[in-house]
Amino acid sequence: MTDTLTRPTPSGSPGPSPAPQRRLRASSSTKALLWPVLALVVLLVVNVVATPSFFDIRLQDGHLFGPLVDIARNSAPVMLVALGMTLVIATRGIDLSVGAIAAIAGAVACVHMAGSSAEGAFATAAVGCFTALAVCLVLGLWNGFLVSVVGIQPIIATLVLMVAGRGLAQLITDGQITTVNNDSFSNLASGFVLAVPLATVVAVAVVALTALVVRRTALGMLVESVGINPEASRLAGVRSRTIIWTVYVFSGLCAGLAGLIIAANTRSVNANSLGLFIELDAILAVVIGGTSLAGGRFSILGTVVGAVFITTLTRTVVNVGIPSEANYLFKALVVVAVCLLQSPRARAAFRVRRVRPAAPTSAPTSKAGLA
Amino acid sequence: MVKKTLIAATAISLSAMALTACGSDSDSSAGADGDSGNGSITMGFAQVGAESGWRSANTKSIEDSAKEAGIDLKFSDAQQKQENQIKAIRSYIQQKVDVIAFSPVVETGWDTVLQEAKRANIPVILTDRAVDSEDTSLYKTFLGSDFVEEGQKAGQWLVDNAADSDVDGDGDIDVVQLEGTTGAAPAIDRGEGFADAISADPKISVIASQTGDFTRDGGKQVMESFLQSEKGIDVVFAHNDDMGLGAIEAIKAAGLTPGKDIKIITVDAVKDGMTALAAGEINYIVECNPLLGPQLMDLAEKVVAGEDVPERVVTEETTFDQEQAAEALPTREY
Repeated sequence: MTDTLTRPTPSGSPGPSPAPQRRLRASSSTKALLWPVLALVVLLVVNVVATPSFFDIRLQDGHLFGPLVDIARNSAPVMLVALGMTLVIATRGIDLSVGAIAAIAGAVACVHMAGSSAEGAFATAAVGCFTALAVCLVLGLWNGFLVSVVGIQPIIATLVLMVAGRGLAQLITDGQITTVNNDSFSNLASGFVLAVPLATVVAVAVVALTALVVRRTALGMLVESVGINPEASRLAGVRSRTIIWTVYVFSGLCAGLAGLIIAANTRSVNANSLGLFIELDAILAVVIGGTSLAGGRFSILGTVVGAVFITTLTRTVVNVGIPSEANYLFKALVVVAVCLLQSPRARAAFRVRRVRPAAPTSAPTSKAGLA
Repeated sequence: MVKKTLIAATAISLSAMALTACGSDSDSSAGADGDSGNGSITMGFAQVGAESGWRSANTKSIEDSAKEAGIDLKFSDAQQKQENQIKAIRSYIQQKVDVIAFSPVVETGWDTVLQEAKRANIPVILTDRAVDSEDTSLYKTFLGSDFVEEGQKAGQWLVDNAADSDVDGDGDIDVVQLEGTTGAAPAIDRGEGFADAISADPKISVIASQTGDFTRDGGKQVMESFLQSEKGIDVVFAHNDDMGLGAIEAIKAAGLTPGKDIKIITVDAVKDGMTALAAGEINYIVECNPLLGPQLMDLAEKVVAGEDVPERVVTEETTFDQEQAAEALPTREY
């Protein structure tokens, strides 16, 4: 039944789209990044106006301390989830289950630690975290299996785990908020390496490693080709099934790592609220970063900017003192404004004209490649 | 993509419709009293879910006290969904239980199913949360906390301890408030009660207020921001323990001592909160008591026996300062 429903879409849309998409990418990838960066700068300026000390960074107990450090630290989970989401979306898929997977990861790790005889030991934290990531690997395999082998639409396939996963996390924690006292685990979110938040270091390392693997090998291009047309890619010799499967596993692992950081942040897991709606934040970060929801092109650097933007936006709400009731409205307005800024058509309509860069013809492809 | 999303959305809404349709055609109007004969009372209880430690304690209290009172309890967990709760209540009506009790997930949309219960002559007791209905004859009584009073108690403590609470010594007591989920009754009422109580002392004022969604992570992030943007914070008032616990983490990270450099007042008194209170990191907790089982069973027996009960019964609740917490902690059930 799903097959008959899905068939028309792949055969209908990819015909005309790949060529213009390619051209769009070549011309706009670097420019596209300009808008989210600009929006981020505007947001930071707003914060400085509201709180002049917003850029202050001081050394506190031997580590950096200040609003910007908080933002760097708090954006780690969204950044990780969005990183996994970027590759999934590049294959024209979507992963709605990341929030639930994050909750499961936090639950598995915390329950392991709380039940252990040596609750505070580093080894206990390590075993807990690796068990959690192993579980996430399995969950990612499950998502990938449903999408790539069974052929269920990604939005439905991952919806299964989005709904069921939180129940699973509840079962693991027995519906309780589980608190753990383990300094090693807590350091994952609150600790510092050379005065820099460990969570940020972890997130940036994973992002850099992924960017390296994806862009310094052909993998990134293969992912994009699958996103543009899985069938044509397969006929051209690309193992599209394996690639699709892999990106869901990767997304699951990223979500798991994010879940561990969120749980470590408060040294506790609440299966109900951990990572709630993080899938939406992640998708937003991906879109703001210039990755097309239609698949076929992605920008990891853009996603990083998007994730930092969203975290800054959350911070802005509190910093500027937007009343709780208007919270979501404010966020929505800002996001809509950024999306409009990014749309060439909307910009033309608003007559926001910019001077054309001189020769963007050949260079951007490689730059986009790095991004 | 748009097409796909549309198809998906349709599929989801179709299945949702199918789900609700399942429960909609059971219209029972058996008026007779369905006693099981041996004189014992059967109660159908539709719980919200198991979303927090508080709720789990609430469930356990109801189950335990039902057993103790010899009441036959039929229990269902709605997993935070109104349609599940309505389904459960309808099935209790069909099973002809003696009394139905439930904690409504949301405030509105209960009139139809409560009418059905009324027609079947089954009395209904609300616990913990109220419903928003014009027709108060649809339920016998509402047993639950008075959230406004909880906020007032928190504010009253601050007024009474104003002398010690001006931590930075500038003559004003600057309070930051961590609100619960926007629009939730406990968040609105606790905020109101607190504002009401502190208006007695012009030195005390709330300088910033933002929602932390009742979660530790939310409380921590909002507090991180307050610590940077607000000058001279003396007191934190958190609408629940969890946000207060998050705020403690943020205060520690800023190199301050929670409970001393910044006073903390919270509501709930769950075990983690009490532990922090006993350790001196929180200064005062207003209890929001989940252990309403014994009171509920008492009310149920009266209602079934046809006795008059008050329309509103407030749960027995207390408050804790640091010494009381240390005493109460060893025997704390939740």
